[in-house]
Amino acid sequence: MEFLSYLISGISLGSVYAIIALGYTMVYGIAKMLNFAHGDVIMVGGYISFCATTYLGLPAVVSILLAMAVCTVLGIVIEGLAYKPLRAAPSLAVLITAIGVSYLLQNSALLIWGAAAKSYTPIISGTLQLFGGKLSIQYISILTVIVCLVIMAGLTLFTSKSKMGKAMRACSEDKGAAQLMGINVNQTISVTFAIGSALAAVAGVLLCSYSPSLMPTTGSMPGIKAFTAAVFGGIGSIPGAFLGGILLGVIEALAKAYISMQLANAIVFAVLIVVLLVKPTGLLGKKVMEKV
Amino acid sequence: MELLKVDNINVYYGSIHAIKDVSFTVNEGEVVTLIGANGAGKSTILNTVSGLLRSKTGTVDFLGQSINHVPPHKIVAMGMAHCPEGRRVFLQMSVRDNLEMGAYTQPNSGVDEDIEKIYKLFPRLKERYKQVAGTLSGGEQQMLAMGRAMMSHPKLLMLDEPSMGLAPLLVEQIFDIIRELHAQGTTILLVEQNASMALEVADRAYVLETGRVTMSGTGKEVAESPAVKAAYLGG
Repeated sequence: MEFLSYLISGISLGSVYAIIALGYTMVYGIAKMLNFAHGDVIMVGGYISFCATTYLGLPAVVSILLAMAVCTVLGIVIEGLAYKPLRAAPSLAVLITAIGVSYLLQNSALLIWGAAAKSYTPIISGTLQLFGGKLSIQYISILTVIVCLVIMAGLTLFTSKSKMGKAMRACSEDKGAAQLMGINVNQTISVTFAIGSALAAVAGVLLCSYSPSLMPTTGSMPGIKAFTAAVFGGIGSIPGAFLGGILLGVIEALAKAYISMQLANAIVFAVLIVVLLVKPTGLLGKKVMEKV
Repeated sequence: MELLKVDNINVYYGSIHAIKDVSFTVNEGEVVTLIGANGAGKSTILNTVSGLLRSKTGTVDFLGQSINHVPPHKIVAMGMAHCPEGRRVFLQMSVRDNLEMGAYTQPNSGVDEDIEKIYKLFPRLKERYKQVAGTLSGGEQQMLAMGRAMMSHPKLLMLDEPSMGLAPLLVEQIFDIIRELHAQGTTILLVEQNASMALEVADRAYVLETGRVTMSGTGKEVAESPAVKAAYLGG
């Protein structure tokens, strides 16, 4: 029973990682860049939701929608101002810019909201008691897993069925050829950032509902872990991000429970190193097919 | 009527002067070919026409309008399709999805019907419509690339080395399809290393050497010129 409860908390934590990892992997797939500011968009989403509920007295659902809207705009603005001018630049320049944007967001949050931790009110509280109280599951855990599954299914449908989604796949494979199809590559990249950032807002709200202390650096560690999850599952692959996120969450929860609280993160990253040594493209990473 | 008018373009890769003062025209309904050896600049010219590269001088007019500063995706919407060198089909997408991408600028309503037309032209694609393009043979990928380009109802179809790397029988097939498209009224700008096949189907031809047009004329005139015979047609 104890194991089951650790497993469930691992899966729900992993669901948050998966939602964040989807943002990393989609942006990487299409823009071939690692958006290290992604984690900080999560933090902004958390703050927006916090302000909406605390200062404006809005209901939780509205605060989530507001956070998604703000983060969507933020994602498009970041892409347009910081990354788009560097489209032809070496990837290292883009990477450093992303780190710069990350610090910019953290320090802006520091200016606006201060360094002291804000206490976030979980969007849903209470626990579900099963087996006569032997197994208790927080409602937020259940909600997180459901949200993650819905997002995953939605994105899979979007990329496999819709015209825009297919155009994204085309751009991620060959931008030149995509342009020759009449696809506006810049617009497609903007849409990808918009979707990734909206997901980051959702992740921010869920994350803050788990660990209610909200600080300007709140997004950093989950961001890095979700990036790890994306690489773990095979960066660029949507099912890979999902699988990587869940596995990472479960490994982290079990390591915390059975091995060591302090070493949990080290174990998570050690597993990543082993996976990459055995399968450098990640669990579901695609091999690049050679042209015949 | 002049569909495409390229006037005095100069294209550079960094400090390399790849295309030097090139001018040519393509009239409505014609098949025009650019022939020349490897590295003569044929693909560079097509890439400049479709907007992937830009010329430092001169103009590219399409349908009587300058497209020097029009982004590539808008040029496609104007009615130009460029089937690039090396096919560049989307290897991880299905045959059908590839064709749908070709129709990106078209209204959704006619896409199914257009795909059926492409399947008629290339029955092999119909057999494999669910397969991922990466699993197709080279010839099938070329058919897919041409079919995909046709999906945008182009007024001008540019084909870059459609015969490259294909077995002789398949080359024949590809050229049969070029003839068929021509008969249906499609205007085609064809870039080829296989000069003899290209000159056979072409109304007019331009010969390129190290970035310059060195000769032009009807397909027949160019094919009969001693210099071209010696250089490209094996004496």
